[in-house]
Amino acid sequence: MSTEEVKETASVLSVHDDSIKVTEVLKEGDTLTFIIVSQKLSGTGEYHVDRTYEDFEWLQQHLFSQGDVPGIQGVIFPPLPAKPQVNASPRSIKQLGFLALGECQPYCKALETFLQQVAAHSILSKNKAVEVFLTSSDPPGRQKVKKNIFNRLSQAVEEMRKEGHKDVDEFFQNERDHNLILTGCTKTAAEKFLDVVATEQKIAVACGHFSTALHLCVEPGEDPDKQAFSRVCVKLSEVFESIKKNMTSVAENNVNTLGLGLDLESRYQEAEREMLFRRTCKLVELENAQRNVEKAKPVKKAAMEEVKKAAETEFEHTSGVAKQEIARFQGARVEMLQQALVGWCEKQLLTAKESADQFNQHLEVFRGMA
Amino acid sequence: MAASSDRNPPPFPTAEESEPGLCDMADADSDEGEDIFVSNSNPVSVSRGVSQPDRVSEEPSDLFSEEEEAASSTAAKANGVHSDDDNDLFADANVELSTDKSSSSARKEPSGPRHASTFTPSPAAMQPTSLEQLEEEEAKDSFDVDVAVTNPEKVGDGMNAYVAYKVSTRTSLPMFRSKVFSVRRRFSDFLGLYEKLSVKQSLHGCIIPLPPEKSVVGMTKVKVGMDDPSSVEFVERRRAALERYLQRVVSHPSLLQDPDVREFLEREDLPRAVNTQALSGAGFLKMINKASDAVNKMTIKMNESDTWFEDKFQEVENEEQQLRKLHVVVDSLVIHRKELCGNTAVFAKSLAMLGNSEDNTALSRALSQLAEVEDKMEQLHQEQAASDFFIFAELLGDYIRLLGAVRGCFDQRMRAWQRWQEAQSTLQKKREAEAKLLWANKPDKLQQAKEEITEWEARVTQYERDFDRIGMTVRKEVLRFEKEKAKDFKSQIIKYLEAMLQSQQRLIKFWEAFLPEAKAIA
Repeated sequence: MSTEEVKETASVLSVHDDSIKVTEVLKEGDTLTFIIVSQKLSGTGEYHVDRTYEDFEWLQQHLFSQGDVPGIQGVIFPPLPAKPQVNASPRSIKQLGFLALGECQPYCKALETFLQQVAAHSILSKNKAVEVFLTSSDPPGRQKVKKNIFNRLSQAVEEMRKEGHKDVDEFFQNERDHNLILTGCTKTAAEKFLDVVATEQKIAVACGHFSTALHLCVEPGEDPDKQAFSRVCVKLSEVFESIKKNMTSVAENNVNTLGLGLDLESRYQEAEREMLFRRTCKLVELENAQRNVEKAKPVKKAAMEEVKKAAETEFEHTSGVAKQEIARFQGARVEMLQQALVGWCEKQLLTAKESADQFNQHLEVFRGMA
Repeated sequence: MAASSDRNPPPFPTAEESEPGLCDMADADSDEGEDIFVSNSNPVSVSRGVSQPDRVSEEPSDLFSEEEEAASSTAAKANGVHSDDDNDLFADANVELSTDKSSSSARKEPSGPRHASTFTPSPAAMQPTSLEQLEEEEAKDSFDVDVAVTNPEKVGDGMNAYVAYKVSTRTSLPMFRSKVFSVRRRFSDFLGLYEKLSVKQSLHGCIIPLPPEKSVVGMTKVKVGMDDPSSVEFVERRRAALERYLQRVVSHPSLLQDPDVREFLEREDLPRAVNTQALSGAGFLKMINKASDAVNKMTIKMNESDTWFEDKFQEVENEEQQLRKLHVVVDSLVIHRKELCGNTAVFAKSLAMLGNSEDNTALSRALSQLAEVEDKMEQLHQEQAASDFFIFAELLGDYIRLLGAVRGCFDQRMRAWQRWQEAQSTLQKKREAEAKLLWANKPDKLQQAKEEITEWEARVTQYERDFDRIGMTVRKEVLRFEKEKAKDFKSQIIKYLEAMLQSQQRLIKFWEAFLPEAKAIA
């Protein structure tokens, strides 16, 4: 390795990875700027930096382009959410799913999770770009990063064919099969849950309309029967205002806990899929190299043998890292989903109890009405 | 194909079905704390104990339970007990009042309450007497008539099939042959009852409740088969609407007296109603609106010296518009709730699939459990939608149509006035004709002219009495209607809130059951 590369890779992150927070987002015209705060490892103090989405992409590019790190291709890269838009197109909204909802909190949370996962990763956190991203008060360089070996998964037809290539290792074959099923299921569940949330929001809006319309039924006048009816309308309006608030809370709880959880799980499954694909490509490369050695004319044989050895080494490194990553991933995702489910259940339980109290109160009011 | 007589409409097991039994009804008395000696309008408005807003109920039992709350439940029941010849009551009242009348302006607000007291046995009742009567009546049972419509059953096959409902009555009134009885009626019978009531002279000025509308589409589906969800929903909706209709009819003091009503409730075999063709798809409101237009087109306009009628009419029209707007909103709410049902069911399935594909056992189990929870929630949403619909949408729909009926009785008053005016003008012409004959000296024709004058004088008097009577009736009816409306809405809302509360409590149980499962994952 050259000295340049050593400088590039040898870096220790100076912040606590779990302290990283995306605290707010500023809108200037079409640009969104995220404020990121993290706690210094050494003593007290924080880093405050502002970053745009392009800066996140810069970081990701740097992580992808660590071709010199052995087995880097076996890493399951924490997934970066899709690009947000101020006046989002329907396609962009669909792509973002849960992250498009709410004022920006789900999206900020997703970015936050991304950064925390990068900072906590044993291999990735060593990349200087991470330190620069989190601590440098200047925006990180916007210059184009050197070509990396695996930008985004190329969707060329030829590449897709490789995805089905039979594995030599049973462990990996199982993982690939399983991942394929799970990715589909998770994506479907996330989509259907999003539909549920959308309908809940519609109900909230309709309740709001009903509440408002009831106010129009209130009539002035001293006629006691008319007053009685007006009172009923006013109180009913309050009831529906409560129902609206309840629905809104239920929808928010859904988004902030299980919604985010399913979204992250879905994107992470995709990330694992990409890693497994890269490894499969390495396998294909290796098998090609082996065939070339066998077919080579004696004069070329030594060179082909070299190529094969290199491919073999890379494949072994990749597989080694991949195995570790998979084990870590499987543990982490279960924990993440558990947290999401527990948090969801607790929040919905609380909301339901509050709602029941409110209905009780309304009931008392109506029963007591003359 | 006969459905079991115990069948409760399956998809909407709302709180409607469940109520405690008879004994509670008998004891319940004036729960809403309504003072029967309401000073202004109706001294005889007695709170019917059957309104039981604070009962939260679990078991389906008595037919006569919850349903009462759906209908406007209070009435001057006292009248039902005593007055046998209602026509006479009216006649007495009119005779008394016509002596000091000059125009409708004589009938101002203060006279209203006095007229109401004509419903007590002594027509020219002074306050003290009527109070005594009321005290007596209060000591009696707190309900006089309860009706329920249940057990829809398909009779016959193919396109001639129809649905027969069981109409059950429970009463303490002596005018009925027994205390508890039931008959089977079909939809056209209900329409026939309305038809009969709405043409009766003695009931002019009354707000006659409207039965539900005909529906060719709905009924065709039912004729084909009663088992699919939309048919079940249609039948249940109709059953509930027919019940509310009957409850409103029997809680109206004048209508309850009507022999047609009694016959409807009691008689084993009712002759088929034949005039219901008129009440076809056009709907009742269209009918009323057509009648309104006809009245408006009449050339002689009333000079209303008592603004009460004008003001009230305007209020009624405004209110109808407001309720229509509310109805639209509630409809969209119901649609969204149903959508939520569907989406929840689909989500539950996707969770089940995810749980099945999951390797980690604890996570897999939790996800499968969650799928079951979501399934239960779908059921909850379903009931919620039913609640929204049956309680609010139908309530609003009923009142929109009732307000139409109220407009209808205002129109009847107009027509009565016009008839009176026309009679007066005819009388005038006859008198002029007589004068001419006197001048022309034709004695034989003169005799005839004099007879005609006498005849028309009597008519003028009669029509004027009719007009006054209708005016009084309309006033009384409108005041009663407003009272009922406030009560009706209030009791429906309480029902709704109770259902919502129950929903939330079940939801809490689901979450509490799931939480340990979620915690047990890791």
